[in-house]
Amino acid sequence: MAFDIYDFTSFNQTIDKALYDNLPPILAMLTEMVIIGVVFLLFYALVGLFLVYAERKVCAFIQNRVGPNRVGPYGIFQTFADFIKLLMKELIPINKADKILFNLAPFIVIIASFMAIAAIPFGKGLHAIDLNVGIFYVMAVSSLGVVGILLAGWSSNNKYSLIGAMRSGAQIVSYELSVGLSMVTMVILAGSMQLSEIVEAQRNGWFIFTGHVPAFIAFVIFLIASTAETNRGPFDLAEAESELTAGFHTEYSGIKFAFFFLAEYMNMFIVASIAATIFWGGWMPLHIPGWEGFNIVMDYIPPFFWYMGKTLVVIFLMMWFKWTFPRLRIDQLLKLEWKYLLPINLFNIILMALIVLMGWHF
Amino acid sequence: MENIITNNSIQQEEYIVNMGPQHPSTHGVLRLKISLKGETVENIEPHCGYIHRGIEKMCERLTYQQIIHLTDRLDYLSAHTNNEAVCLLVENALQIEVPERVKYIRTILDELTRLASHQLWWCAFGMDLGALTTYFYGLRDREKILDIFEETTGARLLQSFNVPGGLMNDIHPNFIGRVKEFITYFRKKLPEYDELLTGNVILKERTTDIGLLTLEEAINYGVTGPSGRASGFACDVRKHHPYSAYDKVEFKEILYTKGDSFHRYKARVEEMWESMKILEQLIDNIPEGDYAVKMKPIIKLPEGEYYQRVEAARGEFGVYVLSTGEKYPYRVKFRSPNFSNLSAINKLGAGHKIADLVAIGGSLDLVIPDIDR
Amino acid sequence: MNNEQLKEKIQSIDSTINIVEGKQYLELNVVAENLSKTALMLKNNADLSFDYLICLTGNDLPDAYSVVYHLESTKHNHLVVLKVKADSRENPVLDTVSNIWITADFHEREVYDLIGITFTNHPDMRRIFLDEEDWIGYPLRKDYTDNNIITR
Repeated sequence: MAFDIYDFTSFNQTIDKALYDNLPPILAMLTEMVIIGVVFLLFYALVGLFLVYAERKVCAFIQNRVGPNRVGPYGIFQTFADFIKLLMKELIPINKADKILFNLAPFIVIIASFMAIAAIPFGKGLHAIDLNVGIFYVMAVSSLGVVGILLAGWSSNNKYSLIGAMRSGAQIVSYELSVGLSMVTMVILAGSMQLSEIVEAQRNGWFIFTGHVPAFIAFVIFLIASTAETNRGPFDLAEAESELTAGFHTEYSGIKFAFFFLAEYMNMFIVASIAATIFWGGWMPLHIPGWEGFNIVMDYIPPFFWYMGKTLVVIFLMMWFKWTFPRLRIDQLLKLEWKYLLPINLFNIILMALIVLMGWHF
Repeated sequence: MENIITNNSIQQEEYIVNMGPQHPSTHGVLRLKISLKGETVENIEPHCGYIHRGIEKMCERLTYQQIIHLTDRLDYLSAHTNNEAVCLLVENALQIEVPERVKYIRTILDELTRLASHQLWWCAFGMDLGALTTYFYGLRDREKILDIFEETTGARLLQSFNVPGGLMNDIHPNFIGRVKEFITYFRKKLPEYDELLTGNVILKERTTDIGLLTLEEAINYGVTGPSGRASGFACDVRKHHPYSAYDKVEFKEILYTKGDSFHRYKARVEEMWESMKILEQLIDNIPEGDYAVKMKPIIKLPEGEYYQRVEAARGEFGVYVLSTGEKYPYRVKFRSPNFSNLSAINKLGAGHKIADLVAIGGSLDLVIPDIDR
Repeated sequence: MNNEQLKEKIQSIDSTINIVEGKQYLELNVVAENLSKTALMLKNNADLSFDYLICLTGNDLPDAYSVVYHLESTKHNHLVVLKVKADSRENPVLDTVSNIWITADFHEREVYDLIGITFTNHPDMRRIFLDEEDWIGYPLRKDYTDNNIITR
């Protein structure tokens, strides 16, 4: 197909081969790791800064405001300025805090989100690692973040932090189920857990179209549950500003606070990527069967743009939730998960299995 | 602090959390000492006085004209209404009949104050529940009222526009036009409030059946204003003891029977509609005349006790003056609506979750300087 | 009921109450030991039913510390003022009415805080605004002095 011109597989293999030919295998492997690490770190930081800026602009748009507009054209350097400010801010030591855990917590949160990003395919052949259990890996790794949040809440020795962390624990553990089950629904349709294969399977139409009703239900559930899992939007109970001042990160300042902040945005980016990948075809261009001319034009848009575009649309949806809805209460939050989303989800899996068995999908 | 933690968390197995004095949801420096069991609130103990300024003591050394300026600083969101209470008290005590024009203008400004106050309450209530966008929508509309105030009274928040015998000045020539403009504008914008918040499922879930206050309890606790009327307590001073031009206008006293947070919310939103009705009836009919009657520079109230009640945005505001016939009052007491409303918070909040307590606090619409005085 | 009828009615129930026609409202003067009894009567009598305590004010009068209660009936829409003077000037004590009107709970604490009248049987007789531990004196008393106070 035409988008094969954007295939990165051979490009990657060339670099790989060149490295292994010229260096001892261990050194070659290390060099590869460093390159990938640097590229991802850069990507991570840039996306984080961009998302903070985007959130401010989207929020301003929803709230009838202008948003940042002083630093640079349209205020695009505002987040850089803020980042420098956060770097230079004093790290306030907490007297009665558990020092080791207190300092460890932000790293756990940020490492969890950093690990998850490794498995996401940005284009054909453009991913750090293509595991055959990709979806499973992303889910497992991204749920590690809750450990960091719990540690942060516990070690701060602050009552608000502890309540926030406990809320977050209950919330993430519950919503993990819905995220997982809605992914399972799509895995049934795709027949694979490998992310690159899932994307390939959507060559002739995105799953949200080919899987019709159950795929759509799974998408809605995934969107709700993943918003909850990232502690955002109407589910930001862990840091409920008006109740718990800042929840689990009340006592953090400077760069450690920035880590939590960045991790929150990156988690949002990761779940949006997953949603885009398993429902909207990831980097796969929009193909409509029968419209050959249209499909070819679509193919010439680079996959990375397709991927980013879809991800940003999902992120916009999540921002839209956040700035429109009031916050839920903890018992309502758990009720929503265990009494509504979970049964619907289980039923949806059966429906999907039936549809796949009978071949009723497109 | 150390002692509190050890005593309560270990021996009594209570988890004490201080909400305030610096906390995003107390709208001021109020400290609520909350005993928790898990997330459930067991007991709420309000600690007031962080901004107690001794206004009542100060009033004993000030003339009646000067007192007016201090009443602004009680409930700063109903500044005009508080001013009016003192002015009406002095006028009634001296048996001065103020011109009709003054009565009309005072009533119009009262209702504008109430609208501005309810708009700010709506902003803050949404924010308490986590819907941050409400804040900007409410403030956008409140700005229009503050502009009207600024033009006529010279101040946006603490106007001190009332003086015994009338008003400080006549209204600005643009006043009538701008108020009319505002009414047509806000009639279009108020349905937006409902679309954004009132109809929201999460808001309904968060506020329905939360913080129930029966009619008997509302009366017993002296919970007045929209909070009391949500429980069915017909306590609108404007209706039952009309002052200024309230006997000339028709409006509905918003009464509900349920008395939960949602109905306290609803009562205020509906009151905004009623306020606009009152404004429409008055704005075209402001009679010609003087804006004040000539008063002696030194006002001395005849010996005796006086009490004047008005309906501020948050409930019944009262001024009690004990005069010995001098130019300074012997004793001044302000009956502030928030002080009585706050006393019911333990009744309302106990047994609910922390998040509900925030919603209840928001639905009571507390202004802390009014509590502390 | 208008003031005339109110006066007759209250007088018929308890003739010891000294009723004065005030400038605005009917004023009932009771002695300290009858306060509780009178308050209970005012609230519970079906024809009076003063169920709403609007305002509770503590005064430092030249002869005694006194408390003024503004009462309204939400059912009959009439209003009276109940006045009581504490017997002692050195140690002013009055009965609480917070068991009759709960709103008096906070108001009595305020009076205790600023005027220094102690209310017996009050569930929580502590200062409400000022600091329990380090504030000396009762600011609204006429003999209270402070360096920062405004002088005439």
